[in-house]
Amino acid sequence: MATSAVNNSNSTSVNDPTTGTRLLLDPTVCRGHGVCAELLAEHISLDEWGYPIIADRPVPPDLLRDARRAVTDCPALALRLEGR
Amino acid sequence: MTSQQPQTAVGNNLNRLLPYGGQPLSFDQHLTLHGPPAYRGAAGRLIDDLRAAGLTGRGGAAFPAHVKLAAVAGAGGRPVVVANGAEGEPAAHKDKTLLYADPHLVLDGLQLAAEAVGARQAFVYVHRDARVLKRLHEAVEQRRAADADRVPVTVVEAPPRFIAGQESAVVHRIEGGPAVPRYSPVRVTECGIGGAPTLVQNVETLAHMALIGRYGASWFRTAGTFDEPGTMLATLHLPDTHAQVIETAPGAALHHLLDLGRRPAQAVLVGGYHGTWLPVERAAALPLSNAALRAEGASLGAGVLAALPVDRCGLRETARVLAYLAGESAGQCGPCLNGLPRIAHAFAVMAEPGAHRTERADVARWAGLVERRGACHHPDGSMRLVRSALTVFEEELWRHERGSCVGVGNRTRPFLPLPAGANPHDDEDWS
Repeated sequence: MATSAVNNSNSTSVNDPTTGTRLLLDPTVCRGHGVCAELLAEHISLDEWGYPIIADRPVPPDLLRDARRAVTDCPALALRLEGR
Repeated sequence: MTSQQPQTAVGNNLNRLLPYGGQPLSFDQHLTLHGPPAYRGAAGRLIDDLRAAGLTGRGGAAFPAHVKLAAVAGAGGRPVVVANGAEGEPAAHKDKTLLYADPHLVLDGLQLAAEAVGARQAFVYVHRDARVLKRLHEAVEQRRAADADRVPVTVVEAPPRFIAGQESAVVHRIEGGPAVPRYSPVRVTECGIGGAPTLVQNVETLAHMALIGRYGASWFRTAGTFDEPGTMLATLHLPDTHAQVIETAPGAALHHLLDLGRRPAQAVLVGGYHGTWLPVERAAALPLSNAALRAEGASLGAGVLAALPVDRCGLRETARVLAYLAGESAGQCGPCLNGLPRIAHAFAVMAEPGAHRTERADVARWAGLVERRGACHHPDGSMRLVRSALTVFEEELWRHERGSCVGVGNRTRPFLPLPAGANPHDDEDWS
């Protein structure tokens, strides 16, 4: 039982809004460079002033790689990933 | 602990925080009236009393006091307590009034809160009001001389900015930084000043704590309603009179408080400049109560009530306030920095008689773009004001479209107070 729960954790986390890996933005640091929206267009859009609007759901597992790049490539270091 | 009734409660149960009409009390008068701080002898005891009393925060959020204290006490580490008297809201005067009338009541509450959470350091954070600061420094000095306090108290000055009293801004300022909000997924109750669990509590809330510590939870509940017990301070702005601070209690009729029978009004602003406009006929039917106001999409906030006279333009009043609020953005978060000035500008166009173009649609779209995207609630609160104004003053919008305005004879007599020369902050002073 325990093993299968661990194996399923990725798929359940996507559907459960309280778990899963979330992309967090510090809005006081973000300067609207827009790099994140280019790297992660499926999860981040830009508002009309160029600031990111992050989808209000966990990052899907197949986007985690791009999400990590968005975190490391943000010139303002305004993003981070939290949770598993 | 003691069931002794405060003298001021005899005959009038609404003169708890501001006895004798709010006249300033000396330390001796304070001691005669209330005695020394009612220390409970152990950390945590006050928290049980606060739970029984049902005290909620009077700074605006109405959060249960015992929950906040318990969170700080249970966070681990050595907590710090802060009395928050930064009343940045230009329409609010109740915290300044209380601090001037009886700073010792607030300082008593601060000591009890420190004891309850196990803090060894306490701060009072207040705006630079010369009269209040003088009273406060004198009071702190008197208590030091009398050895009345168990925890040393430091006074820290807040810059004259609207959001300087926001919890994370308070922490930032006391740490020596500018009084601007900070983004953190962790609450200051867990990680605040210097990483310590931090209790930031409004000064009126602390004054109530001092009285609960002395007179008990059941005494506290003899005013107010079951769900919203105790008294509360409110700042009233009524037509044709000066602003006044009153002590009242939840359950009181707004019709009575606002003197609507004698002073006709067209709308009521509830909760201040992050608050909500209500049509006067709706407001007149309500009690002073967060439960009742919540059903109307409003809340008491920090107790500001403003009854707009019938001959003033609510759109023009709101536009002035919005221009002020846009200038009060700390400028840290892109959506607030970009959205608030644009919204204020479009709203100012709508506040003038004459044909409008895309302003209303622009405001609606921008409101959606700024809400919930800031490190603090400044954009959210500002949009609450915008949305309620557009609903309540809809008829006035149509009047403007047709080239007229209800406030045409009062163009130079604004009703809602703003700091002189707003916006006065060209020099960006946040320290």
